[in-house]
Amino acid sequence: MDVKAIRQMFPILDQEVNGHPLVYLDSSATSQKPISVIEAVENYYRFDNANVHRGVHTLGSRATDQYEGAREKVRRFINAKSTQEIIFNRGTTTAINSVAMSYARANLKPGDEILITPMEHHSNIIPWQQAAKATGATLNYVPLQADGTVSLDDYRQLVTENTKIVAIAHVSNVLGTINPVKEIATIAHSKGAILVVDGAQGVPHMKVDVQDLDCDFYAFSGHKMLAPTGIGVLYGKRELLENMEPVEFGGEMIDFVSLQDSTWKELPWKFEGGTPIIGGAIGLAAAIDFLEEVGMDNILDHEQKLADYVMDRLRTVEGIKVYGPEHRAALVTFNLGDVHPHDVATALDSYGIAVRAGHHCAQPLMKWLNVTATARASFYLYNTEDDVEKLVDGLLKTKEFFGHVF
Amino acid sequence: MSFNNLETLYRQVIMDHYKNPRNRGELEGDALTVDMNNPTCGDRIQLQLQVEDGVVKDAKFQGEGCSISMSSASMMTQAIKGKPVSDALQMSKIFSEMMLGEEVDSELELGDAEALSGVSQFPARIKCATLAWKAMEKGVNEK
Repeated sequence: MDVKAIRQMFPILDQEVNGHPLVYLDSSATSQKPISVIEAVENYYRFDNANVHRGVHTLGSRATDQYEGAREKVRRFINAKSTQEIIFNRGTTTAINSVAMSYARANLKPGDEILITPMEHHSNIIPWQQAAKATGATLNYVPLQADGTVSLDDYRQLVTENTKIVAIAHVSNVLGTINPVKEIATIAHSKGAILVVDGAQGVPHMKVDVQDLDCDFYAFSGHKMLAPTGIGVLYGKRELLENMEPVEFGGEMIDFVSLQDSTWKELPWKFEGGTPIIGGAIGLAAAIDFLEEVGMDNILDHEQKLADYVMDRLRTVEGIKVYGPEHRAALVTFNLGDVHPHDVATALDSYGIAVRAGHHCAQPLMKWLNVTATARASFYLYNTEDDVEKLVDGLLKTKEFFGHVF
Repeated sequence: MSFNNLETLYRQVIMDHYKNPRNRGELEGDALTVDMNNPTCGDRIQLQLQVEDGVVKDAKFQGEGCSISMSSASMMTQAIKGKPVSDALQMSKIFSEMMLGEEVDSELELGDAEALSGVSQFPARIKCATLAWKAMEKGVNEK
């Protein structure tokens, strides 16, 4: 994998920030976009823009072909059985909320249980809290091991006949933990529960095969995988989606409308009320082309090497505390001595290094870690060992700066 | 290696307030209590004010956050103690203007809090600096 050539496809990386070459280490928040994605979106608006599924005219057909072509591309990318199982929406948050609003509210009753973990992003906690409140079901948590992983033995114990929904992140956005979702799916199914996977940090970084994982729902966002913001995907097994009510009602999603009643279009369109995110879907298709050309296995391999490298190098920084397991995705969450993570992030930014600081939309996990906030550096296919060196150098300078004023 | 850019923000006096906060703790007796947090980053402050006859007699704070938010709370309590409420509110306005990088022309002195003027060059940190001032405004406006 030629990272130097890849970097040239991302014009944004070629700039100075605060007098230093930009080192972008915040791809878990959002990834940068290659020229091919930017051009695909631009070309759509420049030459083909029209609404889909209704125009008799030529532009309408072009837009529809590209939009539905993007759906087929996503289907192939995650190996879903059918394009009927690929629902376009705004992103992971919307996707999980759709399952919680529709499936959970229709299928849960008092006494039922939803099982999640304390490492979830807020978008995989709050929809379930709300569904539990609305239905009288109970929200339970699988405990975390000391290193920030989950134990399958705990799942075997905690998934019972009462458990109806199990939800977990494929990859933790804070700890970098890669969760054994395939094994968890088997355990959930053995008791008749379904598995919902928050794939926001999974799909961008590794080959995902939803049939192999055998998850029931899998949610992810385009903007974390080189596509524009505003486009995301909910994958769901067809037999589940068939029996679910739409969450949004209006144009595009109906079959027949009378004064008092209406019927819905077939899958997947019954879940896509309103004019869909056409430009976003076309951008997502271009992003998938880019990722496939590089190769998902190559990306994973590159990122695993970077993850090992950054863990090794951070160990040399005295006073740093890194959270999460040794084997992890390419992201590191840490604190630097007593320096508050916001101060760390501001200091690193002054050296051109972009990291995230705060609670990372995971307040229960911050509580579990017994911290109020952390800093996080996250990596993607365009990052290099040189970026890691600059991070380490920036951290040493940050320590020196605060050591000297404190 | 140059710390110039960072030194605009983290002046000595700011670090002194962070390390040795003034008016940190709890007030005894009747006091106005305001809790405020910055949900995007997790900084939180509890501010207590004792207001008598329209004058801020005492002010204390507790909380957790970065050096900017905590030093600003320390400086703010120092600045408003003994001042009429109307002055305290005016000072908050002046402080906000200073955060926007505007020229401030007023007879009211912000004291040490003026050292935070450099924050205006770090837009992402303005909310850290204004948290305590917003809490103070909320407290006296609710009274």
